[in-house]
Parts: sequence; C-alpha cells; structure tokens
Amino acid sequence: MTLLDVQDLWVKFPTRQGIFEAVRGVSFTLGKERLGIVGESGSGKSMTGRAILRLIRPPGIVEADHVALEGTDLLGLSEKQMRKVRGERISMVMQDPKFSLNPVMRVGDQIMEAYLLHNQVGKAEARAKSLEMLQAVSIRDPERVMRAYPHEMSGGMGQRIMIAMMLIPNPQILIADEPTSALDVSVQRQVLNIMDDLVKQRGMGLIFISHDLNLVSEFCDRVLIMYAGRIVETCAADRLHEAQHPYTRGLLNSLPRLDQPRRKLDVLTRDPAWAEVPSVGGKA
Amino acid sequence: MSMIEIDGLNVWFGHGPDRVDAVKGAAFTVEPGESFGLVGESGSGKSTILRAITGLAPDWSGRISIGGRALTGHKRDRAFYRQVQMVFQDPYASLHPRHSVDQVLSETLQLHGFRDIDARVVRLLDDVGLGQKFRFRYPHQLSGGQRQRVAIARALAGEPEIVLLDEPTSALDVSVQAEILNLLTDLREEHKLTYLMVSHDLPVIGHMCDRLAVMKDGEIVEVMAVGALRAMQAQHPYSQSLLEASIAPGSRSA
Repeated sequence: MTLLDVQDLWVKFPTRQGIFEAVRGVSFTLGKERLGIVGESGSGKSMTGRAILRLIRPPGIVEADHVALEGTDLLGLSEKQMRKVRGERISMVMQDPKFSLNPVMRVGDQIMEAYLLHNQVGKAEARAKSLEMLQAVSIRDPERVMRAYPHEMSGGMGQRIMIAMMLIPNPQILIADEPTSALDVSVQRQVLNIMDDLVKQRGMGLIFISHDLNLVSEFCDRVLIMYAGRIVETCAADRLHEAQHPYTRGLLNSLPRLDQPRRKLDVLTRDPAWAEVPSVGGKA
Repeated sequence: MSMIEIDGLNVWFGHGPDRVDAVKGAAFTVEPGESFGLVGESGSGKSTILRAITGLAPDWSGRISIGGRALTGHKRDRAFYRQVQMVFQDPYASLHPRHSVDQVLSETLQLHGFRDIDARVVRLLDDVGLGQKFRFRYPHQLSGGQRQRVAIARALAGEPEIVLLDEPTSALDVSVQAEILNLLTDLREEHKLTYLMVSHDLPVIGHMCDRLAVMKDGEIVEVMAVGALRAMQAQHPYSQSLLEASIAPGSRSA
C-alpha cells in the first residue's frame, strides 16, 4: 500500500546569480518499508525530506505535481492543516540531537509537550506515556532522564530521546535525516536497531536519508541514489553493491576496505552528463 | 631511534573533584617514516594525545620524546614546530575566514623564517594539487576538500618530519575523502613523513597506517599491526567489537 506518493518534486532557491535548483523533478513512492536516500552533500537528499514536510522557508520554492499522503495533496493544505500533519502523521528526526532539543527545558517536559500537543489528555497520562516511550528506546532509568537537561545526555542518548519524541504521536511516516551520523559506530548500531524495531512493530514507513552507503544497504529495503538534485539510480538495498550507475560505482569504490588493501583509492571522476539525464522514477 | 616515543602518558583536565583523566598511562612508539593510527570512540582520549604532544593540553605527566628529544611542560620552541605539524578535523573551522590562501601560507612561511616566500607558496599549492588559481581565494570560495588541502599545505610549509592528523577526512564526502587520503599517501612518500593519525573509522586507519593502537576510556587496550587488523585477529574484546561494527555488510557476503 502506498503511504506517500511524490510526483515531479522541485525545490528552487532564487539567488543573485539566478535560480538555484536543489531538487530537480524527483518522483518516488513510499509504502510500509524502509526507503534509503543516499548522495553526497549538495545532492538534494535533505531538501527532498524537508520539502515533504513543507519545511522549506521562503524565498525557497517547492513545486510538484503532487506530494500525496494517502491521497491528500500536502501542497494544497493550509499552514494550520499542515501542522496537524507534522508530528501526528509524518515525523522527522534530524542529524544532531544537540541542535534539535531545547537546551533550557527538561527532557521530560519536552517529550510531554509533544504528546500533549496532539492528544487531549491530562499531564499524568502524558507522563506515563513518556516514560513508557523512553523505555521503548532502551533508556535504562527513564525517571532520571525525564528530569535531566539535554546537555547532561550523551549524543546517543540524545538521539534516542529524539526518536522517542518523534514516535510518541504514532506517525505513519518517519523521516530520518542522517540520524546516526553524529554518533560512534557502536552507538550507531543500537540507535538503528531501536528505530528498526519500532518501525516494524508499528507498520510505519521510513525515509532514511544518509551519505553512508554501507549503512543504507544494510538497514533499508530500497535505495534511491541522488546526484545533483535528481535520482540517478534506484535499487533493492541488498543489491546496492551490484549497482550499475558510474556514480554509484564510483562512490562504492572510493571507500577504503579492510579486506581489500590498495595503495591508492579510486577517485570519482564526475561526468557532467550525469546531471543532465532525467530523474529515474523511484516508484516501488 | 624512534621518531615519537610515548611512555606512561597521563593527561587530565580540571582540578580537585572536577578532574577528568582523559589519558591514562598511554605508551607507544612510532618509527621514522611509519604511519601510526589511534582509533577509539569519542571521548576515548585519542585526540588528547595529539594535543599533549603539541602543547595544547597543559596538564600532563609521563614521557613524550620527539626524535630523541624529551618534551617538558606545554611550551614548545620554534624547532619543535619546524619538526611537528598538525592537520585538524574541521577545515571549516581551522582556516581564518578573512585571510586568503596566499596570506595563510605566506604568514606561516614567514614564521618559519623562510626568505623565498613567493616561490614556496607556489610550490606548496602544487604539492597539494591546488595550483595557482586558488592562491588568492578566501576559504568561503573553497569546497571542504579544497580547504583541507590548504590546511595540509600550511602544515607542510615548515618542512616537518612528523605530521599529526586529527580526523583529517571525517567532515568530508567519501569521494573527497578518497582524494585527500591519496594525497596524504603521496606526500608521505615524497617528503618521507611520519604520520600519527587519529580516526574513529577503522577502514580509513587500515588503509593509511602500518600499526595502530585501540583506545578505550583513556587507555590503550591494544597495539597491533594492520595485517592483524585485516585478518580480524584483534586480541582484546573491545577491539574485536569495534572491528565487528566496522565491517561493511557487502564485504561479508561478497
């Protein structure tokens, strides 16, 4: 079943030198699956995620045939209606928990605020629900964490709190923008496993935005590879290592590997033609 | 004689109850021309060792000697900076935003006491693969990879024997990372450099280094050769788990 259907999405920014096109005609669908979007910095992957939630501020321009969430076009909604969508139906986890948590508010109050905003319940119930959610993201002493301020938390803890906060209104879609890039490898696994379990249990759709090809191929079901604002290739995640496009191949070959020592790494030579080829459809 | 000798190194921050022991009893040696890696998670003390060597961490005890000369305190003389240079993690933060590439390099060369500055700036830019057209640009006109090349050129300006690399590619895209790592490999050969490199990325260390030390909570838990790393022969359980977590899934099946 299709949760989200994006057709011909463009994101443009007017600059003094003319219009800069960050995303150029991207189409894809998302079902109850884990969809990875990979690319280098500047490829438009984060902008795609933000455009879905209409988080691009003017003068930035978002244009599309439709961005349909279960049949409703999000671009046609008013700002007030859009607020109901954000958090309640589509949530987003950003890269660095340090910048997405309020530094002067206790963690517990922040999570409760997220829940109270979307549900007509009392404080006691919100509190119980928050504790339960913190336990669901494997936080051992949730009582203490509820009372703590964000600066008392490590990066991994912070990101788990963010995930707890995003999942508490029970959204249908979670957009995770580089959720583990600021974390150590061992913590990365923990956070991913938690996210994976929750997404599976609740039958959610996940858009996982990352620059890390290995991580995406291991963690997702399907992958879109973006370059210069377009999708250049799409494939099943476990087939990523058999990818055909020279850009994807170039990225894969530029990674150092422990099992294949080389004196020099392969360097990616960019072909200007890659940016000109129309976007590949990312429909399942 | 070893190029870098570290023995019983302790580094701490703060005093009394606030004291944090960042490095506890670290010991290793690096031979001339060798490339040695320090790996571990954030907070394991790997960058602190580099900072202690360069005098950026004032409180330390133990023994650090560079090319046979023991260091004391946190003041380093001019000869030290001719011999040892450092490249930092974030090329966006380590270059002065209002100094052009030319100013950055000329000033450094002047401090090292060179006369033929113009010719040297040209040569440094060629060495790091930037060329003349970048000479009068400002950092905001450069990409992350180009900035890191400028930072490397600045480190090479004093013709050092030892370069300390603190996560030189972790802020860069993988394709740019490959370019910078290749550049570092070439420079090491051309200039007969000794590298001490810090990274959290085991494949990067495996690619660049001959030997490495695994750090956890301020202590070195294991020193091993890269061959052992590639053969997955880590002895300490922590190194094994780190290695487990770093193996690319595709390489396991392929």
